[in-house]
Amino acid sequence: MGWALDNLGLVGELTVDHLRQSAIAIMAGFVLSLPLGWIAWRYRFLRSAMLATTGLLYTVPSLALLLILPIIIGFPATSEANLIIALTLYALAIMVRAVADGLDSVDSSVRQAATAIGYGGGRRFWAVDLPLAGPAILAGLRVTAVSTISLATVGILVGVTNLGYLFTNGLQRRIVAEVLVGVVVVTLLALLIDRLIVLAGRVFMPWTRRPRGRGRNTRTAAVSAAT
Amino acid sequence: MIEFRNVTKLFPDGTIAVDDFSLVAPSRKITVLVGSSGSGKTTLLRMVNRMVEPTSGGVQIDGEDIVNERPVLLRRRIGYVMQNAGLLPHLTVADNIAAVPKLCGSSHRAARTRALELMETVGLDSHMADRYPSQLSGGQQQRVGVARGLAADPNILLMDEPFGAVDPIVRAELQQELIQLQRELDKTVIFVTHDIDEAFLLGDQVVILATGAKKLQVGSPSEIIENPADDFVAAFIGVDRGRRALRIKHTPNGPVLVDTEGRTQGTLVEDER
Ligand SMILES: Nc1ncnc2c1ncn2[C@@H]1O[C@H](COP(=O)(O)OP(=O)(O)OP(=O)(O)O)[C@@H](O)[C@H]1O
Ligand SMILES: [Mg+2]
Repeated sequence: MGWALDNLGLVGELTVDHLRQSAIAIMAGFVLSLPLGWIAWRYRFLRSAMLATTGLLYTVPSLALLLILPIIIGFPATSEANLIIALTLYALAIMVRAVADGLDSVDSSVRQAATAIGYGGGRRFWAVDLPLAGPAILAGLRVTAVSTISLATVGILVGVTNLGYLFTNGLQRRIVAEVLVGVVVVTLLALLIDRLIVLAGRVFMPWTRRPRGRGRNTRTAAVSAAT
Repeated sequence: MIEFRNVTKLFPDGTIAVDDFSLVAPSRKITVLVGSSGSGKTTLLRMVNRMVEPTSGGVQIDGEDIVNERPVLLRRRIGYVMQNAGLLPHLTVADNIAAVPKLCGSSHRAARTRALELMETVGLDSHMADRYPSQLSGGQQQRVGVARGLAADPNILLMDEPFGAVDPIVRAELQQELIQLQRELDKTVIFVTHDIDEAFLLGDQVVILATGAKKLQVGSPSEIIENPADDFVAAFIGVDRGRRALRIKHTPNGPVLVDTEGRTQGTLVEDER
């Protein structure tokens, strides 16, 4: 506790860096996963290939990815962009599947009902398919957020500064309190973002709020996945 | 007027759902398609709003080929009521009903006003406007489905077993309300059911279908009951059993009509001269 109080400024700065890096990656992963997930859902023959590729991505060790990426994209390994792109790729690995599964979960009779009352293709996607896939996408987003925030700490190993610094620095200088502060702050950050996502879900998907509403199962699934 | 002209539907898996079917559904009348499961009723209905394109033949509305109209626009001017109501689970009752006027370009406010108006028409209390479909009973959902079908004030209403999923009492209520509504609204209705009693109750014209949408008989309920085309139709409509096989029983108070189960169904009243 003493260490944290003495270094409040440093911890604050690192938290802001960490949050920025993770948040950009989470949002980029979310936004990109919508069209990609839709393609995987819409074109059956692409689906297994896409899900296999994104799944395979997840098996690449993060440190290795951070070292290979700069060679491919031409950024220096120490740049924040390098870390953000790597985190985005991991986010996609989870989110593309979540979006495709979410769209799968939409009742085909509801889809047909929407078509029958005159929703055109594009409009139906935004107004019906996507919102109804929402609970499954939200569940994926929660897993993505938590894993991104903890994964981001490896950035420090290639020289991208964030909360991971408290781990490496604490280890080198044998300050146990510093490492513990790092663990606690990363965890709190993850919990906070998770709560925010759940809240956003309640705001944007009011029908899932009610006790008898849909999406109850996916909600409990999200809870167990996130814990 | 809706006219099916020699429509055939061959699905890719080889099923011939509809085989060379022709029919005129007259304007401002209820035409009921009745037949057992798989006889092609839904397929016929969906040809009218182009959810299903016929393999050959065509459908005309008031003499115009519907292939010339964009499907989305066609669907917005045809009311469609589905079995299990087919409501959008993520929209409130009012938003479900307002969806159609909004698609047609109404403002949010106008669409909502219209939705509340229609809720009253179909007998739904306005305090349900902001509930979600999952918070309604089956009968209430069905009413919302009917209200949504009427939302754009279409001339044509397609109803696919709209009352199939509710209990008999609620069904009877909904049927009576539909009769009442039709008196006021005068829509051209095609109504699908596999319940012959419902068909006779609601239909101005009843079409009895067999597999492949083969027409076994077309006529008014009276015509069909009085003169069934063949033994199959006679058996299907049950002229030889239950409430439709009545015999006269003489009682001290005059003749009454009794069904095959021995239940008295009514009295026999002589026509006044
Ligand atoms: N998309 C499809 N692909 C292949 N076959 C289909 C398809 N839709 C319907 N069929 C087949 O066409 C036939 C007629 O189906 P349809 O849904 O029109 O019957 P129905 O009279 O509405 O039956 P029900 O009373 O059970 O609703 C059935 O044999 C059905 O299996
Ligand atoms: Mg059907």
